[in-house]
Amino acid sequence: MKVHHYEKAFLAVGVLLLIACAGALAYASLGMGMHLPGEHGVIDPKAVFSTPPFDNPGVRQVGPNAYEVVVLGQMWSFAPAEITVPAGAEVTFIATSADVIHGFHLDRTRVNMMLIPGQIARATYRFETPGQHLVICHEYCGLAHHAMYGRVTVK
Amino acid sequence: MSAITDIVVNPGGFALPETQRRAIRYSLYIGYFALTAGVFHGLAQALSYAGIDILRFFPALKSYYQGLTVHGVANVLIFTFSFSNGFLSLTTARSLGRSLSTGLLWASFALLAVGNALTAYAVISNRASVLYTSYAPLQAHWTYYIGLALVVVSTWVALLNMGLVLRAWRRDNAGARIPLLAHISVISYVMWFLASLPIAVSFLGLLTPWSLGLIEFIDPLLTRTLFWFTGHAIVYAWLLPAYVSWYALVPRQAGGLLISDSYTRIVFILFLLLSIPTGFHHQYTDPGISEGMKALHGVLTFGVFFPSLATAFSVMAALEIAGRKRGGRGLLGWIPKLPWNDPSLTAQLLAMLTFVFGGATGLINASFTMNQVIHNTTWIPGHFHMTIGSAVALTLMGVAFWLIPYLTDRGLWSRKLALASAWIYFVGVLVFARGMISAGLQGMPRRTYMVQAPYKLAEWELGGMLTGIGGTLMFVSIMLFFVVIAATIFLGKRGDGPADIPWSKTLTAPATAGWERNLDRIGLWVFAEIVLIAIAYGPFFVHYLPGRFVSPGFSLW
Repeated sequence: MKVHHYEKAFLAVGVLLLIACAGALAYASLGMGMHLPGEHGVIDPKAVFSTPPFDNPGVRQVGPNAYEVVVLGQMWSFAPAEITVPAGAEVTFIATSADVIHGFHLDRTRVNMMLIPGQIARATYRFETPGQHLVICHEYCGLAHHAMYGRVTVK
Repeated sequence: MSAITDIVVNPGGFALPETQRRAIRYSLYIGYFALTAGVFHGLAQALSYAGIDILRFFPALKSYYQGLTVHGVANVLIFTFSFSNGFLSLTTARSLGRSLSTGLLWASFALLAVGNALTAYAVISNRASVLYTSYAPLQAHWTYYIGLALVVVSTWVALLNMGLVLRAWRRDNAGARIPLLAHISVISYVMWFLASLPIAVSFLGLLTPWSLGLIEFIDPLLTRTLFWFTGHAIVYAWLLPAYVSWYALVPRQAGGLLISDSYTRIVFILFLLLSIPTGFHHQYTDPGISEGMKALHGVLTFGVFFPSLATAFSVMAALEIAGRKRGGRGLLGWIPKLPWNDPSLTAQLLAMLTFVFGGATGLINASFTMNQVIHNTTWIPGHFHMTIGSAVALTLMGVAFWLIPYLTDRGLWSRKLALASAWIYFVGVLVFARGMISAGLQGMPRRTYMVQAPYKLAEWELGGMLTGIGGTLMFVSIMLFFVVIAATIFLGKRGDGPADIPWSKTLTAPATAGWERNLDRIGLWVFAEIVLIAIAYGPFFVHYLPGRFVSPGFSLW
């Protein structure tokens, strides 16, 4: 098989580009500590209301500048719906669903995860500047899906 | 070996028996009806993002999400597979110069029709407003799952038909290379067959018994994972028939040549190998799947970008040959020399242009942590309306402009309207995608009845408006397309259809000795693919099974 040298050059540039992009992603993940949700434990969705920590959703301080936010998604609201955290703190969201699959996305951040019944999701983020973010359920979850949202206020 | 070679046997001509043409035609008609039905709600969705609510003009509809289910199921499941079943069967038969099995053709059609009817019943009666992803524990009526499973089985029967024809040809032509067009057509559907097994297991083995009450609880993560096990490869199952057209037919339509036989076969084999072990990149934000597995699928997804890069070069080279033959000079002077007055070619050239943006945004989706910025925002439908929603859809429209005349032996009813529909769609989809993508970057959620949402950001306004304008243009285009096709079928000039499909020649002949012969050993490549899938999915299933069947069903819509 003969491959034209223009073609070889085109493919080589393409492959180098892919490798460079993959390298940048590896650096973001390993070097800068940006992570995707992984395996963070399981739960019985029928018993979430009586299983810690979801029996008591809300914000709690867990270190000098570290907070945990426990959130429960259910048709068609988040508990709690209003979340306040300080700017500059390390905030870990721990969330699950009591019924169907919900989404959990804070606009213009990379806090974005699926709330899957039976699985516990986790994301850590540092809000650098005060302001407001929506908590958007971005997965279809039934008739009033579009009414399911919350708010994060960064002070 | 270098000689201009046909990609079909008996280049003098081959006519499929009329009863087989009819079965293929009817299959295509189901698809065009589905597309037309599906785009009505597409319009409602696009306008909803622009703040305009037209749902009250759809009195039969119980909710936005019922319509959204229709849109997804009709356009990406019914339209695509009813086309591929017929088109790939035809290209295989034509390439080998042999008839198909009439019985299997009609069996495939019947399965498609019955599956469609069951699914339509479930969706129209509002018993299955679960969107095309069918995420449990949202629970649809069993007719929805069985109906879609039958559509999948119809594709298996189509593949069986193609496989039997190929086997018979190889028996009669021992040692000969498989004609290129048959090779890439069969590989496309072999890939889809393997890819479709997980969703078949999920729909028939888990969701149907659960919907019938035979099992009480379902595992949402397992069924979701099985969906995406099939669900990324399914986009290549939609795309590869379009690629068959771009590689094997478009060069002829433009007046050029396919540049390389082996190269084309290698590209399709790479798709066979790499399309399936990539599904976790749709689940980057899911809990319960380790980051390591997600990273592996991310790398493999970058890998599947390679055959598309190769396609970009090869198809462009074929077009350049055509443009230069027509007197084009200079670096880009060959482009305006292409026969832009041919609606079939024009639609497909425009499809290729949108795919540049579709591919680039797809690479961003695959980009691991970067995916967190855009996952489930309108960025995603912005992206896939430039892949399935135009690279594929516009190509299928373009193919229809010769395929329907060929199958009905009637002339295309209006070349001008056909050209207009292609250009309007092209402009529409780019405006639409520009809107969805920019608003998605600002967090606007997909799959959401935005006009009724109590929350909105001012930043989403411009993107929403562009979405509405572009979506309206796309809707107008599909209506024109439907008119052109219907008028061709009923009013087209009899005896004016093309006598043959527009198959191309290759610049180089297939090698008759050496390693390239291995490219025809489809069984070998299937085995390699199974090994890759075992590596990419095996660890997850070994670790995760027997699963967590903890969720009862919910049907609140």
